[in-house]
Amino acid sequence: MAILVDQNTKVLVQGITGRQGSFHTKLMLDYGTKILAGVTPGKAGQTVHGIPVFDSVFDALEKFPEINTSIVFVPANFATDAIFEAIEANIKLIVVITERIPMHDAVKFVNYAKIKGITIIGPNCPGIISPPYSKVGIMPAHIFKEGRIGIISRSGTLTYEVAYKMSKFNFGISTAVGIGGDAIIGTDFIEIYNMFLEDKYTDAVVLIGEIGGDLEERFANYYSKLNNKKPVVAFIAGKSAPEGKRMGHAGAIVSMGMGSAKEKIEAFVKAGIKVADKPDEIPKLLNEVLKR
Amino acid sequence: MKLYEYEARQIFEEFKIPVPKWGLASNVNEALKIAEEISFPVVVKAQVLVGGRGKAGGIKFANNREELIKVTNNILNLTIKGEKVSKVIISKYIEIKQELYLSVIMDRSARKPLILASKEGGMDIEQIAKEDPRKVLRIYVNPLIGLQDFIIRKIEKFLEIKNLKDIVNSLYEIFVKYDCELAEINPLGITYNGELYAVDAKIIIDDSALYRQKRFGERIERELNEYEMIARESGFSYVEHDGDIGIISNGAGLTMSTMDLVQYYGGRPANFLDIGGGASSEVVYKALRIQLKHPRTKSIFINILGGITRCDEVAQGIIKALNEVKTSKKIVVRMKGTNEEEGKKMLNEIGIYTYDEMDEAAQEAVKI
Repeated sequence: MAILVDQNTKVLVQGITGRQGSFHTKLMLDYGTKILAGVTPGKAGQTVHGIPVFDSVFDALEKFPEINTSIVFVPANFATDAIFEAIEANIKLIVVITERIPMHDAVKFVNYAKIKGITIIGPNCPGIISPPYSKVGIMPAHIFKEGRIGIISRSGTLTYEVAYKMSKFNFGISTAVGIGGDAIIGTDFIEIYNMFLEDKYTDAVVLIGEIGGDLEERFANYYSKLNNKKPVVAFIAGKSAPEGKRMGHAGAIVSMGMGSAKEKIEAFVKAGIKVADKPDEIPKLLNEVLKR
Repeated sequence: MKLYEYEARQIFEEFKIPVPKWGLASNVNEALKIAEEISFPVVVKAQVLVGGRGKAGGIKFANNREELIKVTNNILNLTIKGEKVSKVIISKYIEIKQELYLSVIMDRSARKPLILASKEGGMDIEQIAKEDPRKVLRIYVNPLIGLQDFIIRKIEKFLEIKNLKDIVNSLYEIFVKYDCELAEINPLGITYNGELYAVDAKIIIDDSALYRQKRFGERIERELNEYEMIARESGFSYVEHDGDIGIISNGAGLTMSTMDLVQYYGGRPANFLDIGGGASSEVVYKALRIQLKHPRTKSIFINILGGITRCDEVAQGIIKALNEVKTSKKIVVRMKGTNEEEGKKMLNEIGIYTYDEMDEAAQEAVKI
């Protein structure tokens, strides 16, 4: 089993008729994800890869009340509206793939979701995969083998890279969660790690961080104070990044001397977390912490 | 995107935050005209986006015409941390009894706006907080509720002043209206008459919100160099570095790691070029054209792990660029993921070897 998504996950795709929405609906269906409906305002009555399209989240839920997860592909200038609609409709898990959502919008839906007890993953994330049960995201599924390691990552493609490296050493994945590359995100390392602690099918966690903000430092601090913990292996991207430059992700910026890779690595080491110098060292470190 | 002080000052004025009388000058004549209107003594302030202009000689006082001519000429000839000064603010000098600090920032950890206030303005808030955290008041604002008066009363009590309500309200209004990451008054000066003035103004706007902040649209273009400009138009993010190995990858994390790996193997990245998710062959073509044209790149390392991005699209873009430009630069391609077989086949047909592992490819890319 896994965290967040599994065989009981019933998915709504918001923005299903768009290029990315439609492309990834197909790939998720191929993987076996249970997609029940899609939403694009004004496009009710159409189908995308056999999935019925509705004008609103509420219309979709009326027909398919068992929907418990939404994945959002809606472009940035309309995404906030779509996310609020999903929150109002009480969908318990909302995965936001969209990037470049203004942070003033993000703080609103993130805080509102929290009040309503709804989990938001992202924005600007690759989604969630629990092989082989469900993929609510955009990752290339064949790279993610079933297994007992959890992944939490601020990055997309770097997560695929790590999963690929792990698979070569027979490390499979219980669930991989991309928490998003934006400065304001719905769920952080600590929250996902706590879910992995509860999951008896996860033995260890790979944490993939990057420059900017202090999510990694706060995780390290939290981890060092835990009594019962599962081992963590970490990697930080951006060691060679120049200060003051935004490295692709809205959240990946070293500013005013804060958020550098060096500080994050030091915080991990201090907390007793092993940090890989490069992605292909992760399997070796997993072997060490699991004493395999 | 950081605004110039004069832009932030204009916004402050529009929201009735008191600022000293001022004008913007790009030469001595304009400076003199402003100074005559607002009367001496005045402060001349270099308009640059980099920090530390005071230490670099970018802020000077002038008591009369002669001094103003001298310092204005002086400052307009400065280059501060690589940024040439082309404009100065001429601002009325005001005697300040006490300097306070007031700002609203978007707090990443708490995912809420955070108001910071201190009785010790004039320096970096991080520095004040480091010296003594008790000197800085931190109050979160629930973005769903907005700024309420009880928060303002707390700030007034902490700073021991009474007439702060309008300024705090305005600053928060600006913060929200202009999608700010930061709206800061530092220092907020109190005169001997008890009047308040925003002596400096700093605003940073969230880049992701620029599509709806049209007021500053033209500004962004002016700040970009040639390569950044093409990158922006083509829909990928680009950061200049100082080495000779051009990096093309997909996704910010992987592109950063590709740079890191090149550095790990003793190479120097020339740049960071992230083609993003789901790039079309046209975007890849443009990305490679930039790297081929870039005077510093001796080798080009293309590291693709397909998710949304399809390897066949990438291969098509690479082939198109290489068909147009004959190059002696070394091209190293690593390709894995969605439609990998098709992509590899296309590249192998034109004689480009493709790597499975980024580690091997990085070692090859640094051999120049």
